[in-house]
Amino acid sequence: MSDASLSTRGVLRVKPENRPLLISGLFVLAILAVGSAYTLATQGSMPLLTPNYLLLQLQIGAFLGIVAAGMMLVILIGHIDLSVPWTLTAAAMMATAVGGPAAIPVGLGIGLLVGIMNGLGVAYLRIPSMIFTLGVNAVMRGLMVYHTGGFAPQTAATDTMRFLASDHVLGVPVAILVWVALSVVVALMLKRTSFGRALYAIGNREAAAYLAGIPTRQVIIIAFALCGLCAGLAGVLLAGYSTKAYQGMGDAYVLPAIAAVVIGGTHILGGRGRYLGTLIGVILIVLLNSVLSIMQMPEAGRQIIYGCVIIGMLLAYGRNARVHG
Amino acid sequence: MPSDLSLRIRQNAPFIGAIALFAVFYVFYNMFHPKGFSTQVLVQNSNEVFSLALVAMAQTVPVLMGGLDLSVGAVMTMVNCLASNLVSGTPLQIVFGIVVSLLAGTAFGFLNGVIVVYGRIQSIIATLATGAIAIGIALLLREKPGGDVDADLNWALTNSVVDFCETYGLFEDGKAAWLQPVAWIPVPLILLVLIALLVWVPFRRTVTGRTIYAIGSSEGAAYMSGLPIARAKIAAFTLSGFFAGCAGLFLAIQTSSGNADIPQAGAYTLNSIAAVVIGGTSLLGGVGTAIGSIFGAMILRVISFNFRIFEIDPLLQPLFEGVILLGAVCIGALGILRIKNRLELFR
Repeated sequence: MSDASLSTRGVLRVKPENRPLLISGLFVLAILAVGSAYTLATQGSMPLLTPNYLLLQLQIGAFLGIVAAGMMLVILIGHIDLSVPWTLTAAAMMATAVGGPAAIPVGLGIGLLVGIMNGLGVAYLRIPSMIFTLGVNAVMRGLMVYHTGGFAPQTAATDTMRFLASDHVLGVPVAILVWVALSVVVALMLKRTSFGRALYAIGNREAAAYLAGIPTRQVIIIAFALCGLCAGLAGVLLAGYSTKAYQGMGDAYVLPAIAAVVIGGTHILGGRGRYLGTLIGVILIVLLNSVLSIMQMPEAGRQIIYGCVIIGMLLAYGRNARVHG
Repeated sequence: MPSDLSLRIRQNAPFIGAIALFAVFYVFYNMFHPKGFSTQVLVQNSNEVFSLALVAMAQTVPVLMGGLDLSVGAVMTMVNCLASNLVSGTPLQIVFGIVVSLLAGTAFGFLNGVIVVYGRIQSIIATLATGAIAIGIALLLREKPGGDVDADLNWALTNSVVDFCETYGLFEDGKAAWLQPVAWIPVPLILLVLIALLVWVPFRRTVTGRTIYAIGSSEGAAYMSGLPIARAKIAAFTLSGFFAGCAGLFLAIQTSSGNADIPQAGAYTLNSIAAVVIGGTSLLGGVGTAIGSIFGAMILRVISFNFRIFEIDPLLQPLFEGVILLGAVCIGALGILRIKNRLELFR
């Protein structure tokens, strides 16, 4: 069943590139509907559809959303960044350790630095990003274990960090505003700048991009640096949200971030994908998690549903072309 | 024109390098170990390396195709939990439990293959999802760590040959004269060699096995040559599931329990990728062997063995592990700097 046959039959008159957005958007609504039906049946109310609940979910989703935005840049060029967990943790730990007005710049700087290192290894040594970032992740973990002595660090987040992560402005959590601002920047960058177009070009065929005069090495390094920067920002915010940094705070972010990017229609091998899709992917994963916890689904069921949703989404629109020589 | 031997050595340089690196590390370790070069040390080491070695083999097969299997650690955990429920009771029940455990791993691998081939989803993301499903099943099978595995089996399979024979009253309780030259060999080491020689080596020589290499080199060319691509892909994931199942079964027997430990599953998956690369298999596919991955896994483990001997500050150990892993892949990639024509870099 190809895209063409669908549109000619008029079953789904949407362009192929809009299908991921449409289907994942519908799925988000389905999650809300199922969750509301459940709470209506058990408690007689629909807390899921209240603005407060949705804002809270988006606030929690902001951390994942920021990580996913960076991850998307790297996936678009056909790479992946597995160093996110400990980049995030290192940024959070260093930010809280330094404290004062320098806390946030230090956290972001750590992220940027790790990202540049990833980029150098991938662009110049041409080591597959999967293994290089894995190694960088291990090194960052080692550095942080040594730094903290294996204990939970005693330092606390600064007031600015707490403000950014958990305060509200006009009833809207600041974390959401940060996420929105970042999203606007990333979306414009992908759409309107030559750097954004270079990402797609490299993801489609790196040799062609190089021959077309794109400085591929610089673009790869910048993409990884931005991904590290996003991980650092997420770490700073997460430390602000929980008022401190702790071991393993980044572990729960890397795989959901990849899943969110892919559910949003970005091709895992690069070259295709839109930022709006990633946004919807993040919202989908956050809402799915939240509805499952409202339904008091045990961890086993959550994992199985989680896996089935990813596969189902990809079967609906993420399939590869057949091999024809 | 280079001779056949030097050509072979050059083609297998990463693999030979891995063996040499392991040999150096391991001899070094034994020289400084108070009980170095003894059966006791060897038994302990081979128990610690077995599961990772098999998970690394499991990872190798999809990697050779240019794919990746992010579910190997999860499948291992799932089989571990299943085996902790089944492998006890009468001998017949134990055999039944072992067979069912291995079949479960194999069936899960087959499922991965079917999703990748007929669903036409990239293996890395498909197995990320099925890995979550496998962890879910593992949690269903064993919510809290525990379980029961036959104690005789535990003792027999995690010690040397003589203990194995003594447990089951074979060959005059292992005291037969002809058995003595091999009596000291750890059973897990023998199992590892048997699985490699009886499963991997024959498989690699079949058309399906060769097709896996061909897909990794160029899927389009393999398709045009009329090779059975769908069959080979499904077979690769099925074999991967079988190896991961073996790892899970051994883990259950070794620890006498099952544990649906999500961080552990993730660590095994990531370490398996590292072991595959250190063992000389290219992540781009087409080059490498599962035997190399066994040595890759052994290198990863022997590094931490050495930490114990030299009483390195435990706080520094993760850092050293990371630096060694990163250093190893960087040194392996240095050859890239000799390439003059940058177009050759893009493959």
